[in-house]
Amino acid sequence: MDLANTSLRQLASALHERRISSRELTQAYLERIGRLDGQLGAFITVDPDKTLSQADAADARIARGEAGPLTGIPVAHKDIFCTEGWLTTCGSRMLSNFVSPYDAHVIEKFAAAGALILGKTNMDEFAMGSSNETSHFGPVKNPWNLAKVPGGSSGGSAAAVAARLAPAATATDTGGSIRQPAALCGVSGIKPTYGLVSRYGMIAYASSLDQGGVIAPSAEDLGLVLNTMVGFDTRDSTSIERPTEDYTAALGQPLKGLRIGLPREYFSGGVSPDVAQAIDAALEVYDRLGAERVEVSLPHSHLSVPVYYVLAPAEASSNLSRYDGVRYGHRAAQYGDLNDMYERTRAEGFGAEVKRRILTGTYVLSRGYYDAYYLQAQRVRRLIVNDFREAFARCDVIMGPSSPTVAFGFGEKTSDPVQMYLSDIFTISVNLAGLPGLSIPAGFGAAGLPVGLQLIGNYFSEGRLLQAAHGYQQATDWHRQVPDMARA
Amino acid sequence: MDWEVVIGLETHAQLATHSKIFSGASTAFGAAPNAQASAVDLALPGVLPVLNRAAVDCAIRFGLSTGATVASRSIFARKNYFYPDLPKGYQISQYEIPVVSGGTVTIEVEGQARTIRLTRAHLEEDAGKSLHEDFHGLSGIDLNRAGTPLLEIVSEPDLRSAAEAVAYARALHRLVTWIGICDGNMQEGSFRCDANVSVRPRGQEELGTRCEIKNLNSFRFLEKAIEYEIRRQIELIQAGGAVVQETRLYDPDRDETRSMRSKEDAQDYRYFPDPDLLPLSIEAAWIDRVRAELPELPDAMQQRFTDDFGLSMYDAGVLTASRDMARYFLDLLPCAGNDAKLCANWVSGELAAALHRESLEIQDSRVSPQQLGGLLKRVQDGTISGKMAKELFDVLWREGGEADALIEARGLKQISDVSSLERIVEALMAEHPAQVAEYRAGKEKVFGFFVGRAMKASGGRANPEQLNVVLKQRLKAE
Repeated sequence: MDLANTSLRQLASALHERRISSRELTQAYLERIGRLDGQLGAFITVDPDKTLSQADAADARIARGEAGPLTGIPVAHKDIFCTEGWLTTCGSRMLSNFVSPYDAHVIEKFAAAGALILGKTNMDEFAMGSSNETSHFGPVKNPWNLAKVPGGSSGGSAAAVAARLAPAATATDTGGSIRQPAALCGVSGIKPTYGLVSRYGMIAYASSLDQGGVIAPSAEDLGLVLNTMVGFDTRDSTSIERPTEDYTAALGQPLKGLRIGLPREYFSGGVSPDVAQAIDAALEVYDRLGAERVEVSLPHSHLSVPVYYVLAPAEASSNLSRYDGVRYGHRAAQYGDLNDMYERTRAEGFGAEVKRRILTGTYVLSRGYYDAYYLQAQRVRRLIVNDFREAFARCDVIMGPSSPTVAFGFGEKTSDPVQMYLSDIFTISVNLAGLPGLSIPAGFGAAGLPVGLQLIGNYFSEGRLLQAAHGYQQATDWHRQVPDMARA
Repeated sequence: MDWEVVIGLETHAQLATHSKIFSGASTAFGAAPNAQASAVDLALPGVLPVLNRAAVDCAIRFGLSTGATVASRSIFARKNYFYPDLPKGYQISQYEIPVVSGGTVTIEVEGQARTIRLTRAHLEEDAGKSLHEDFHGLSGIDLNRAGTPLLEIVSEPDLRSAAEAVAYARALHRLVTWIGICDGNMQEGSFRCDANVSVRPRGQEELGTRCEIKNLNSFRFLEKAIEYEIRRQIELIQAGGAVVQETRLYDPDRDETRSMRSKEDAQDYRYFPDPDLLPLSIEAAWIDRVRAELPELPDAMQQRFTDDFGLSMYDAGVLTASRDMARYFLDLLPCAGNDAKLCANWVSGELAAALHRESLEIQDSRVSPQQLGGLLKRVQDGTISGKMAKELFDVLWREGGEADALIEARGLKQISDVSSLERIVEALMAEHPAQVAEYRAGKEKVFGFFVGRAMKASGGRANPEQLNVVLKQRLKAE
């Protein structure tokens, strides 16, 4: 089977029709990982024995006629999801020895569906980064050009799917960590509405913004995986209880009359010309499909990056306090008293970007600064929410670039955090508002690197977003393009 | 100089829920270390808190019982600090908007009733315990207590003496145990107080600098620690010094308070709303349900006992010292012919003494209200004397059984009928003609001789009042 050119739906049919066993399929992916991942670094942990025994169980289930759509499909998981018996590192030295004693809700859902754990993917440390350069386990390379970053923080998941080392991968998105790497790696990725995917067992970075999602080659594949991943969970107080929805139901419905909102602020500079050109071309495809363009405004969008870099570090500074060397994870080998143990443990266990955000967060929550930073940022966050509310009164879906540039080179932005932070300028406001967002491949820019088109929907409009993305993917074949290395 | 003492208390009441405030782990006391620490309590990566609504029930109960305001929307906040027995590196508490605001508690000191205002009461989780003694050169961490729900009850600085502070703590203790939100066990730390103490020259408006005394887990320590602290502060000021705002620890062995940390060392806890928890929203129906389940409160019951049963405020106070005490009394009453005074005397007398001897709580009494009631009925109808009843009570306590059967079996029935008593008296008079003559000659002291002999002849069962009447009659009659 040509894994470079087979969609998740096709794999599922092949398994159901017993044209291939889960074991064979899994072995094929493991073989690709073994052969190609040395160049990419997309995986932190692969455990073929464990995975293959899950594949055998899936084959038995298929044989019993009890298979669901994902039964027997190997899925890679971002190393932020706790997986029982697997190393779960969150890309950090702090958790480099942490074997989770429990499964995240998402992992339970996949297990119940009969999907297998293909491995744990590399990521920016504690999901803090936009280039996957902050991982303790080394950077992930972009399969389209090994000298370029894959984006972050879900760089491992995006690169694995782009190189077809996995048919789909879970990921998380706090400020763009699904959409930006999906864009930079030329794959599709969706961040659902905040609260749809349980955060239980998903290691927290910034709790009010973190949301689990999926990266896969196509919108249709995303819908299939989302059907398994979404679900109410009493163990997450922010989880939302809604009737079960089939996210593939609307796929194939025509896009005629779809009102596409184009925020003035997303098209007024700050976007590199190659990206702008690809987005324009994508919008023309939508014109031909019968969609209507509506100009909208998100007047506070320029404040989203500063607001995010107050709120996310504030929450992170507290969320990461549990990594103190007392109960699990890294502990300094040599220390004097208790404070010395804390200091050395955390100094050794965390990388520079994580430390920067802990310090920033600690600062903005400090007495005397709280009102000026944290409270003020919360106020602006509400303005950003209102911007979207007003925009969605006039359109069904908002479109724009996922990232202002195509993939950049290693080290290009590491010396200037603000430049790095600005690579999420188009994605962050979506997290601040808790809306669903999606990125799909929309051609290539400079040096043949992929460009991502971002689709933003109103709350719980995942089905419609996927329909809009699928319509585009029916009319184009950018999502079928694979990097040369994947064809090998 | 005349000094005025100003005290406010912060009381932590462990809530009597079965499971923890943000996890499903049990809150039972005394399990092996860390046996009751779930993934959430251990703060494993990825775990999340989920609010236990039973803890909110407790907070609402408390709010309703003190006439406080229960917030329709309150916020859980994180209090950030590092300590090994605080697994998340923050404590989930309430900061800006607590679940309960205001309210009052009435205390009585030396017969004077005073109303103490409450500032607030908020929900929070307890920390674990650090065990510094059990391991040589190491500290152990037991997280069984981590996540146990607490209600922190903060009073206004309305208390003016150590005695008032103790009276307040006792009143609060009676209330929280009465409404069933706390087991009140101070030894196990279920109910513990911190005291904010300051002094100022009487008449001065401005408050003096206060010190917070921690680690007060008995009423006696609370009283002694405050008394020590008042003395310390007054002596310090009189010697020309100044009180420094600080946290002090009470050392019961040396009966003194010691500085723990000064205000300068006070940490910045960087409170902010916990993004893992939604605002706590309490709709009217929830409050109504809790109100409907609320028992009659101790103050109201005490008043009712004086109004309805004619008991003194003191007696009524004893009988409402705990809900179990009141329940015992109310169960006893119908079994004892509704003689409230008799019941009150017995509950606060014989029964209380017996319980005290064996360090039992009233709910563990060896004599049930039904047993005691059966006994008291026979006192009331004159079947047995009060003295015999006390003896029988001891038998009931030791051996159990039922009063009527014991009276029957032991032949203890009091002789009250006139003809039986007359027979005894006549026999005595026949035996002792000289004494009869003496009495009739005006030597009234001889009457006592006949009482003693008659009692002896009846085996102690003669009804004393009845005997008096019969004796007088027969001796006088020539």
